[in-house]
Amino acid sequence: MHDAATHDDSKGQYFWVWGALLALTAIEVVLGYKQVFSPVRMLEVLLVLSIIKSALIIGYFMHLKFERAIMRWMLVISVTACFVIMYFFFFPDAGRIVTLGVK
Amino acid sequence: MADASMPHDAVGHGLPGAYEAPLFGAYSKKVGMWLFLASDSLTFGALLFAFSYNRIYTTWPTPFHVQSIINSTIMTACLLSSSLTMVMAVFAAQRHDRAWTRNWLLATMAFGTAFIVLHGMEWSKLISEGLTIPWFLKLSTAGTATGEMADISKNTPQFPATFFGLTAMHMLHVTIGVIYLGVIAFRKWFLPVLGVLWIVGFALIPSDNVFHWGIHVLLIGLIVASIILFLKPKDYDAQDVEVSGLYWHFVDLVWMFIFPLVYLLSTKIA
Repeated sequence: MHDAATHDDSKGQYFWVWGALLALTAIEVVLGYKQVFSPVRMLEVLLVLSIIKSALIIGYFMHLKFERAIMRWMLVISVTACFVIMYFFFFPDAGRIVTLGVK
Repeated sequence: MADASMPHDAVGHGLPGAYEAPLFGAYSKKVGMWLFLASDSLTFGALLFAFSYNRIYTTWPTPFHVQSIINSTIMTACLLSSSLTMVMAVFAAQRHDRAWTRNWLLATMAFGTAFIVLHGMEWSKLISEGLTIPWFLKLSTAGTATGEMADISKNTPQFPATFFGLTAMHMLHVTIGVIYLGVIAFRKWFLPVLGVLWIVGFALIPSDNVFHWGIHVLLIGLIVASIILFLKPKDYDAQDVEVSGLYWHFVDLVWMFIFPLVYLLSTKIA
């Protein structure tokens, strides 16, 4: 059996992950409220920080890091592929409304 | 059903009691929850894409003052802390410590409830200031409000539409999560608590507040939980706690995108 019960778990690492998530949130708030960057650069920075936070949550709290490689890769690749398809189809298609002048 | 505890060489189909090893090395409930979460992530993905699209192609307001940012930061801390207590609940369940499993699940539910209450207060404040979706203007007293939020509702209706749509969907997920954890932790004993919360909430929340009707989500949760608990009564084990934890962490995960995209990118500097 390879589930959360069998891998070498130490509770300390979860407190570190929790601390890191709170620290990253604090960085986001300071960046957002001080408006350190231009809006587009701010979006990029906040998205990168959010992706790091989500990786920590998925990897540690949701234990995906400790699952079998086939499960890890199947989930990550399939969800990422869906988002890539959404990005390349939704945004250009939604942009047609502006281009065609539809209100 | 393939059992994850079977050794991986147990593939002799002809042998009595032997099953093929599971492909993902995990029990079926966990794989099922992961597949559900993968599909649910696309629901939130579509809503976030819609929000981002409107933000790019519209003159976007920045209505969130320092009070809103502080409030949403505390909400974020509540969710992150609830994920930690959820992990502790899973550990307690794996060592068959029922008392501490319940305690940690209760702590997780408390953080989740705090998130919902804070979010509800934030919503109520914004609505009272006039931020509301267009068709709701005619139905509520918010339609008579004047000021910054009322102007946003009239001039950029995309903002309240996407803001309330996205955050309502997330709030619904958190509420379902709290009920889910309550069922796992307390089973049938949670049903009367849920019923009392629904009645008290309905009685105490003013009738012009959107949550006077929103509280009926608890009634729907009560009915669904009752059906599940009475049709299939069981003692929830460590696997059930872990699967409910997956759902809870997902709710936390989604907020990690909503918080910066919706709040921090719409911050008003004093």
